[in-house]
Amino acid sequence: MAESILSLDSKDKKNMPLEYTTEEGDLRIVGFWIFLAAELVLFGTLFASYLVMQSHTAGGPTARDLFKINPVMAETIILLVSSFTCGLGTLELRRHNTKGLIAWLVVTVILGFAFIGLEANEFYSYAVHEGAPISRSAFLSGFFILLGTHGAHVSLGIVWVTSIIIQLAQRGITAVTARKAFMVGLYWHFLDVVWIFIFTAVYLTGLVI
Amino acid sequence: MHENENQAIKQEHTGFPWKQVVGLILSLGLTFLALWVAIGLSLPVNVTLTIIVALAIFQAFIQLFMFMHVTEGTEPVHQIIGILFGIYVAFAVVAGSIWILAHVF
Amino acid sequence: MQNITNFLSHFFVTGDPMIYGADASIALASIGIVVVLTYFKKWKWLWDEWLTSVDHKRIGIMYIIAALLMLFRGGVDALMMRTQLALPNMHFLNAEHYNQVFTTHGTIMIIFVAMPFIFGLMNIAVPLQIGARDVAFPFLNALSFWLFFFGAMLFNLSFVIGGSPDAGWSSYAPFAGAELNPGVGQNYYLIGVQISGIGSLATGINFLVTILKMRAPGMTLFKMPMFTWSILITSVIVIFAFPAFTVALALMTIDRLFGAHFFTIAAGGSPMLWANLFWFWGHPEVYIVLLPVFGIFSEVIATFAHKTLFGYVVMVWSMIAISFLSFITWLHHFFTMGNTAPVNAFFSISTMLIAIPTGVKIFNWLFTLNRGRIEFTTPMLWALAFIPNFTIGGVTGVMLAMAPADYQYHNSYFLVAHFHSTLIAGTVFGIFCGLHYWWPKMFGYLLNEKLGKWSFWVFMISFNICFMPMYFLGLMGMTRRMYTYPAGLGWGPINFIITIGAFGMGLGFIIMALNIVWSAIHGKKDTTGDPWDGRTLEWSTASPAPEYNFAHIPTVSTRDAFEAMKEEKREGRTKPQLPFKPIHMPNNSGIPFIMGGFMFVAGFGFVFEWFWMGIPGLLGVVACMIARSFVYNDHHHIPADEIERIERAAGRLS
Repeated sequence: MAESILSLDSKDKKNMPLEYTTEEGDLRIVGFWIFLAAELVLFGTLFASYLVMQSHTAGGPTARDLFKINPVMAETIILLVSSFTCGLGTLELRRHNTKGLIAWLVVTVILGFAFIGLEANEFYSYAVHEGAPISRSAFLSGFFILLGTHGAHVSLGIVWVTSIIIQLAQRGITAVTARKAFMVGLYWHFLDVVWIFIFTAVYLTGLVI
Repeated sequence: MHENENQAIKQEHTGFPWKQVVGLILSLGLTFLALWVAIGLSLPVNVTLTIIVALAIFQAFIQLFMFMHVTEGTEPVHQIIGILFGIYVAFAVVAGSIWILAHVF
Repeated sequence: MQNITNFLSHFFVTGDPMIYGADASIALASIGIVVVLTYFKKWKWLWDEWLTSVDHKRIGIMYIIAALLMLFRGGVDALMMRTQLALPNMHFLNAEHYNQVFTTHGTIMIIFVAMPFIFGLMNIAVPLQIGARDVAFPFLNALSFWLFFFGAMLFNLSFVIGGSPDAGWSSYAPFAGAELNPGVGQNYYLIGVQISGIGSLATGINFLVTILKMRAPGMTLFKMPMFTWSILITSVIVIFAFPAFTVALALMTIDRLFGAHFFTIAAGGSPMLWANLFWFWGHPEVYIVLLPVFGIFSEVIATFAHKTLFGYVVMVWSMIAISFLSFITWLHHFFTMGNTAPVNAFFSISTMLIAIPTGVKIFNWLFTLNRGRIEFTTPMLWALAFIPNFTIGGVTGVMLAMAPADYQYHNSYFLVAHFHSTLIAGTVFGIFCGLHYWWPKMFGYLLNEKLGKWSFWVFMISFNICFMPMYFLGLMGMTRRMYTYPAGLGWGPINFIITIGAFGMGLGFIIMALNIVWSAIHGKKDTTGDPWDGRTLEWSTASPAPEYNFAHIPTVSTRDAFEAMKEEKREGRTKPQLPFKPIHMPNNSGIPFIMGGFMFVAGFGFVFEWFWMGIPGLLGVVACMIARSFVYNDHHHIPADEIERIERAAGRLS
């Protein structure tokens, strides 16, 4: 049957990483993947709205007027590196090294804060200094909401990673904390994927068109 | 297939994190390549857009495979189909909306 | 003082005697519920057994109770509209009030009746059909229910506080925007539906994972009952359609609350973008409320024809095809918006394509009936009536799918008749069918057959009296959403007949309600757990099913697993009784209810743009999530001797 093509027998389960060893962990990881798939559509809809609105500047500032490449590259590099440090955290998780995992998660959170700080600064300068707040044009509505939704996800991710750092410090790596740490890693990488498309479809495209 | 995966997981227990480092270098490389194509070259707009979108898709798959381990798990076929369906619907809403609304304003 | 009176007269809806009547009845009903619960000392029981329950069967029952109450309200809305339209130049409702009534009717019937009713039935049946002890995420399941419930309550509050939305259930921009539609009514729609939509998305994920990962040993995908298959596909559509709606609702909320320009006319906004995004969710939504009832009919027809379902594999693949196609047909809801010819052509063709897998299913059911030993029970009557009535709705849908012809039919009563033919003959017949079919499994007794058949015939005949003439009314030029019409157009007599049909449907519903009350007292007990000679696993356990569903998880080797087990028993091959083992079950939790309450507070704050209320409400939601993350003891074990005691009490130990 189709569903067993890639499945493992239960005897293989003991060879699996810790987070897959309980039924609960296994279910939640699949459920979270499905949630991320739904998030693809959520961001897809926001991208669709933004792209439709891209040229509707209503006489206000255009993408080319607003976007500056240096802060955007800084944000991008910080987020890409944070995805890398988060990946190293998952690696330490697999090595059952609690301290290493916590250390990389702390680095990830710090990079997350740096990203949010830069993005907030960018929003602030557009809205206040450049005369380009959300209510100026349809283009800016689409821009702020697409990027704001991503930023809100990153902020929630910071809260979530912090809560998991606390739980890891309290309990060490168990089947449950391993599952949580793995899931938050998936979430963080996913936000990086979304950013890659924001970088391409919003910033680079805005500078080209 | 399973054995390879399990070996891959075991190998991660020791040694230098090659997979992660290669992933990072590739992402950064692709990002700068896209920037260069968009800013450095002056190709026709459609060509530029095609290239940078293709680069973004490639980079997304790097995240998916090198960091997110999409092929891992007890029954990875579920999440693979889920993500593929998500990509299908996201593509439908983006391409469909642009196509429909390009002409009705 | 003047300020306070001013505020209150805007806060509460005033000026209409009908509203004061409703205010009084809501207040009296609330006081009555509080008094009864206090007098019988039932508060603790309510909290421990229901409000904090994570048991899928109880959550299912709560969904159905809420959906039936909402069906009553949506039905009253319909009757008010039909009274207003019964004769030319009526003055029962004014234009504004009529707009509010059709808006709440549509929204309630789709979002707060059809979906929760289906979610209720799937909560009850799916884990039992696949031989599982609960859903994959019981806590999340309770959370989904409470989000739906508080979303529905918030939406209904608009009736008495602040004023109802009036832009139609599809809330087209720019009319639904802040400029043309000031006030809180539209905010209620946006935020109430949003809250319940988040719950729906969670339900979709929950049931997808449940069905993929928690089936009894031996039950491969192609051995699952057809209802479970239909829920698997429905879950996929829910998961991928609802995020688009979440975004659309959020964007319009941001437009209204924060002055953005997504759907405005000014500053480059695009009202058409709303229609586009709304229907990107809205068309899959049609299949979300139809596929599950296709599943119910498949179960019921196979059970009462006493045959295995004809063309099982074709049925499954046609549903899989629908899950793909349902995402690329959305534009047929707005062919007339001025799209280019290639766009209309593409969506016209994709719409006709999706009719094929649906048509295939009709033949599946007909061939299942062919040479069957048909038993005309109430659920079977609903299923049999569904086939021709729904087919009419489907065929008129293909007529509407032809883009050039649609210019004639669009927004006429022809369209109204079409979608009521599919949604009533499909979804409503289906949920009534499922309600009668699974009622014994929910409560341990059967609904009365005689009253059930009366309600069926009255409702079904009235449905045809109501909606058949509507097609002709549409072809005669009457458009939807008009609140009155002049005499002399020849529409009067037809409208009057339609109104008679509508009240007949109300009568059918009342008979069903009577049946529920009568059967609660006198209903025939179901002592076997298998009152219909069922074919699937939910009938293999007691009625109502114990908390843990199955003392032993069944092993499955074929489709119609329970039928095969009974066959084995008839042949004298019985398995030895295994000893009971302790069962691992999730703990109840108050967090879902409290989180729903915070959502309600936050939602109410945002409706009135009181951010001092909305933001703390949202922080409460986040606090609940963090609190939940730190809960580690969330399971308990039911000891083996307890299981033996329960099984003995249910008469299932020989």
